[in-house]
Amino acid sequence: MKALVSVKRVVDYNVRIQVKPDGSGVATDGVKMSMNPFDEIAMEEAVRLKEKGVVSEIVAVTVGSAKCVETLRTALAFGADRAIHVVEEGEVQPLVAAKALVAVCGKENPDLFLLGKQAIDDDANQTGQMVAALLDRPQATFASKVEIAGTKATVTREVDAGLQTIEIDLPAVITVDLRLNEPRYLKLPDIMKAKRKPVENTTLGDLGVQAAGGLKIVKTASPAARSKGVMVKTVDELIAGLKNKGLL
Amino acid sequence: MVGQHAEGKLDNGVAKVVCAAKAVGGDIEVVVFATAGAAVAGQAAAIEGVTKALHVDRAENEHPLAAVLAPQVVALAKAGGYTHVLAAGNTFGKDLLPRVAALLDVQQVSDVMAVHSTTSFDRPIYAGNAIVTVEAMAAPCVVATVRLASFQAAGTAGAAAPVEAVSTDAQLPAHTRFVSLAAQKSERPDLQSATRVVSGGRALGSAEKFKEVMEPLADKLGAAIGASRAAVDSGYCASDMQVGQTGKIIAPELYVACGISGAIQHLAGIKDARTIVAINKDPDAPIFEVADFGLVGDLFQLVPEFAQKA
Repeated sequence: MKALVSVKRVVDYNVRIQVKPDGSGVATDGVKMSMNPFDEIAMEEAVRLKEKGVVSEIVAVTVGSAKCVETLRTALAFGADRAIHVVEEGEVQPLVAAKALVAVCGKENPDLFLLGKQAIDDDANQTGQMVAALLDRPQATFASKVEIAGTKATVTREVDAGLQTIEIDLPAVITVDLRLNEPRYLKLPDIMKAKRKPVENTTLGDLGVQAAGGLKIVKTASPAARSKGVMVKTVDELIAGLKNKGLL
Repeated sequence: MVGQHAEGKLDNGVAKVVCAAKAVGGDIEVVVFATAGAAVAGQAAAIEGVTKALHVDRAENEHPLAAVLAPQVVALAKAGGYTHVLAAGNTFGKDLLPRVAALLDVQQVSDVMAVHSTTSFDRPIYAGNAIVTVEAMAAPCVVATVRLASFQAAGTAGAAAPVEAVSTDAQLPAHTRFVSLAAQKSERPDLQSATRVVSGGRALGSAEKFKEVMEPLADKLGAAIGASRAAVDSGYCASDMQVGQTGKIIAPELYVACGISGAIQHLAGIKDARTIVAINKDPDAPIFEVADFGLVGDLFQLVPEFAQKA
């Protein structure tokens, strides 16, 4: 069984982001970048499935600028066998990313397509669902448990009402949630080994995907700040304050 | 608008999406997919601002599966000449609408928090630490999920809108099958729509303590119970109680955070709360930067005292 895992390069989870004063976006120059944490979970799941003997080959893919090759190297250090880089220097919105990934699926024919449920930069939460739609294949979003048996997968999903379990036929798209697993720490020998693994470059044009269209970003702003409140010393003071605001 | 429902009851979020739809303007039609959806559609028809409620009754619609619903939404959207396709930005809408958008070849707008025009919207990025204003293409239509915490629920209509059964000839796949839903049954208010929420963090220390400390306060305040990611990951409570960027984004009148330090991912989920109370032993915890009332001390002593005196 073959697994394709898509990974995205994003501003690191721990960075406190800054909106540019001119409203043109969020500052990324000189900011630490990492693999989207949800995609790390997807990578980890693929590697665990390979360790169990369910998956025989893992291919990592990304759509983005030349610098995204770093993210592919991280995926290779996790345990991907090879990687595909769809090089695009411009902004890539989910529908365009999905079309590129669908084109890659057309060449690679994976049984499992794994990715994070959302990227922590644009928080769109769309790409996996769009890939599944365009392939006309099942989707299991927000996965917290994945079991593969033959040509079927049973996936537990974290939904607002609780935990929903569905059964899907493979090939399928699975988008992963936080509690699916805890990604491993990468070891130096694996990071070194990753440098020698093959990365194939391609472009949206090669894949027949148009980069145009999508949403026009008009401006980026900081959210309205909450005004700082008061520190109370006792529960009685707290209750008095809440009563004063009509909340108790 | 796609209306979510379960066990014969329309989801509370639908009235909030209607509120967003009213800001867009024009006629508002809500569609529910069910095995027999007339009664649930009737609930949607009673929401102020709804022009018509539709129901598509098919055996395959027994459970909400995106792969099954999407082709039906697409067929309706194409046949009905709708300018906008909307759904709630909860796990239902987030699962379904991107599938619809891709089939309509439209870039979706996720988590609309403000409507400027029929095509211009604000949405949060970076866990709400930045807000972008986007302009969507009007053709063939705008597909968007609505951030429920940003909109008030539309009220009840004086006279209910008409209810109509409709059908589509959409081909539905058999590749995705519902197995089960493990739901937390609770007498408490629903976390997503509760006016009061009390939340516990890792400082509670165990599942037993979480229950022992948080439940009396929730009972006294008539509040829903939430939790930080750390508390959920530590196994103190169920994952559907998680509040934050990747859990539920809520906007209660009163939010009481007990033993929650306030990681930015948690704060992203409570930014729209009217009043935030924080009880934490660490005076430097980031939660105090956003709290309207901060109380430093031992939660095992302070929270029961609060529950008793409130």
